[in-house]
Amino acid sequence: MARRSVPILRQLLTSPSTNLTPTRSVTYMPRPGDGAPRAVTVIPGDGIGPLVTGAVEHVMAAMHAPVYFERYEVHGDMKRIPQEVIDSIKKNKVCLKGGLATPMGGGVSSLNVQMRRELDLYASLVHCFNLPGLHTKHDNVDIVVIRENTEGEYAGLEHEVVPGVVESLKVITKFCSERIAKYAFEYAYLNNRKKVTAVHKANIMKLADGLFLESCREVATKYPGIKYNEIIVDNCCMQLVSKPEQFDVMVTPNLYGNLVANTAAGIAGGTGVMPGGNVGADHAVFEQGASAGNVGNERQLEQKRANPVALLLSSAMMLRHLQFPSFADRLETAVKRVILDGEYRTKDLGGTSTTQEVVDAVIAAID
Amino acid sequence: MATHLLRRRVSQILSQAIPCPTSPLSVGRAFSSATAPIRATLFPGDGIGPEIAESVKQVFRGAEVPIEWEEHYVGDQIDPRTQSFLTWESLESVRKNRVGLKGPMATPIGKGHRSLNLTLRKELNLYANVRPCYSLPGYKTRYDDVNLITIRENTEGEYSGLEHQVVRGVVESLKIITRQASLRVAEYAFHYAKTHGRERVSAIHKANIMQKTDGLFLKCCREVAEKYPEITYEEVVIDNCCMMLVKNPALFDVLVMPNLYGDIISDLCAGLIGGLGLTPSCNIGEGGIALAEAVHGSAPDIAGKNLANPTALLLSAVTMLHHLDLHDKADRIQNAILNTIAEGKYRTADLGGSSTTTDFTKAICDHL
Repeated sequence: MARRSVPILRQLLTSPSTNLTPTRSVTYMPRPGDGAPRAVTVIPGDGIGPLVTGAVEHVMAAMHAPVYFERYEVHGDMKRIPQEVIDSIKKNKVCLKGGLATPMGGGVSSLNVQMRRELDLYASLVHCFNLPGLHTKHDNVDIVVIRENTEGEYAGLEHEVVPGVVESLKVITKFCSERIAKYAFEYAYLNNRKKVTAVHKANIMKLADGLFLESCREVATKYPGIKYNEIIVDNCCMQLVSKPEQFDVMVTPNLYGNLVANTAAGIAGGTGVMPGGNVGADHAVFEQGASAGNVGNERQLEQKRANPVALLLSSAMMLRHLQFPSFADRLETAVKRVILDGEYRTKDLGGTSTTQEVVDAVIAAID
Repeated sequence: MATHLLRRRVSQILSQAIPCPTSPLSVGRAFSSATAPIRATLFPGDGIGPEIAESVKQVFRGAEVPIEWEEHYVGDQIDPRTQSFLTWESLESVRKNRVGLKGPMATPIGKGHRSLNLTLRKELNLYANVRPCYSLPGYKTRYDDVNLITIRENTEGEYSGLEHQVVRGVVESLKIITRQASLRVAEYAFHYAKTHGRERVSAIHKANIMQKTDGLFLKCCREVAEKYPEITYEEVVIDNCCMMLVKNPALFDVLVMPNLYGDIISDLCAGLIGGLGLTPSCNIGEGGIALAEAVHGSAPDIAGKNLANPTALLLSAVTMLHHLDLHDKADRIQNAILNTIAEGKYRTADLGGSSTTTDFTKAICDHL
């Protein structure tokens, strides 16, 4: 029945009154006639990673998108990311990542953090928004969380002072704070966002978060058209849960960004559907927006029920990053149509489909 | 009759939710029987503090609770013995009485003195902040099934206040985790779970990134968990926890966590049930000291206008009564509060009604 209703829906949805696909013509072509697709590094990763990256490759192939994938195997329990992977990302400039599970508590430093540091991916973006058709307790959510990705509490500088007393250093520098503030305001400016909120705890950590706020305030003066305000992180979480519509773009240091992004993802539909990426000056790595540590979930893997929507939407972000907006729009429209339909949804969205079924539905919905 | 049963069930759930530590932590305390009054310190605080403290006193008088209040106010000069605006006498009073109730205090801006909350915490060695969060029947929020307790380590962690500027533009802040403090709060958490019939304790951490610090916290929690085999113990990464809390808060029971995560998660949970105006909180110190407090701000904009909502301070006062083993009085007052809110006739402005503080208090007294 779904197969019969999809073309009808498509007709209804592409009627002039409800135009979901904006037409944007691409005129900038670096090498016309070349027909050469862009290379993108793909790291399937652990757990459900291979399943969802496979889904993306499948959909891209069906769309004839001008990208081809170079696959590299990296696993969360490796000591370092292999040099060839880093070289490939540096060459291709764009990477798609499944997920790397970090083993708990034991001496391996997280590979995700390592990658971000090596490639200097200083901004982590998570776009949390209500998907039409997906009912959640909160409406009107459209928040982009921009999180500083390199320093802060994740500096990894810990040591045992004496047995039983451990110290961890949180480092905040003006350089990184300014960089992330500039990114956040520029993002808001270029994407027609009205407000930027800085999240902090400067009443307690006066110097560290105070420095972060100072940088944000300085950058705010250069963008007079964008509203700027500040909110303390515990109040922020409380407001997110009760009145999320007041937030637009949020800029935060590392740890608070993690919490705020996961909370915002939770209220808007769950981590299975939120796209995101890590962006640096030269490179970008796109992955599921907020993973909430579920990467190594074996049960999902066994039953092939991982939700590919998040990675599909992130790959749409990637296509936009590569300057292929019409492919990105088509992919996003197809995914949103499938969610609106409600027929093919994985378990975390309340349905019973497998990953493959959702992928097939998305491919069928692409026009 | 159905409402009567519902009320009984609600008070059962709620009496489980309120902290009432017994033996190892209320050592050597001879609380008098219902005849001789118990002395308790009261800090009315600033802003709306005095009004809601008056509310508490009225309700306690109506319920005939044998408590004699010793009121202390924040001074306007820095006391050199405590390096803050709180006087030495106030602190001595809490130490002597072993139990207290604190209204909202506004920290004056400036240098050269410690914040008031910090002073209390350090001087009285208040190591655990307990916040029971349960959905109030009658006040509808988006979440109906919240019934959890957050226990937050209150002395160290990221809030040690040790920061310095290394060179211009580079600031370092130290996060300290010690075995002693982590064991202390873990012990309290498990003890609390046991005495209140709670089945699960979840430790919240970020040990995949902060391996040594949160790793030490987890190790201490595991050690204590072994001593309580009947209580299920699990560890949850904080980002996962945040997400699960907003999707399905019924998954959690007792949460124990270090300072910063505790701050954020306890405020998140307060947001789930309706905000800080309705959340009780209690700080537990060494030797069985309990200082119940209202965690909301002093709301200077509505101070003196008889508009404030005394629910948070009243519920915190109820936790204080449970701590003093005056369970029947505590239950009576709690039921009165919940019935008043459930009825909906008398509600203050922040709950969507239009009653004044005095009307609301009178309604509670009538329900007793």
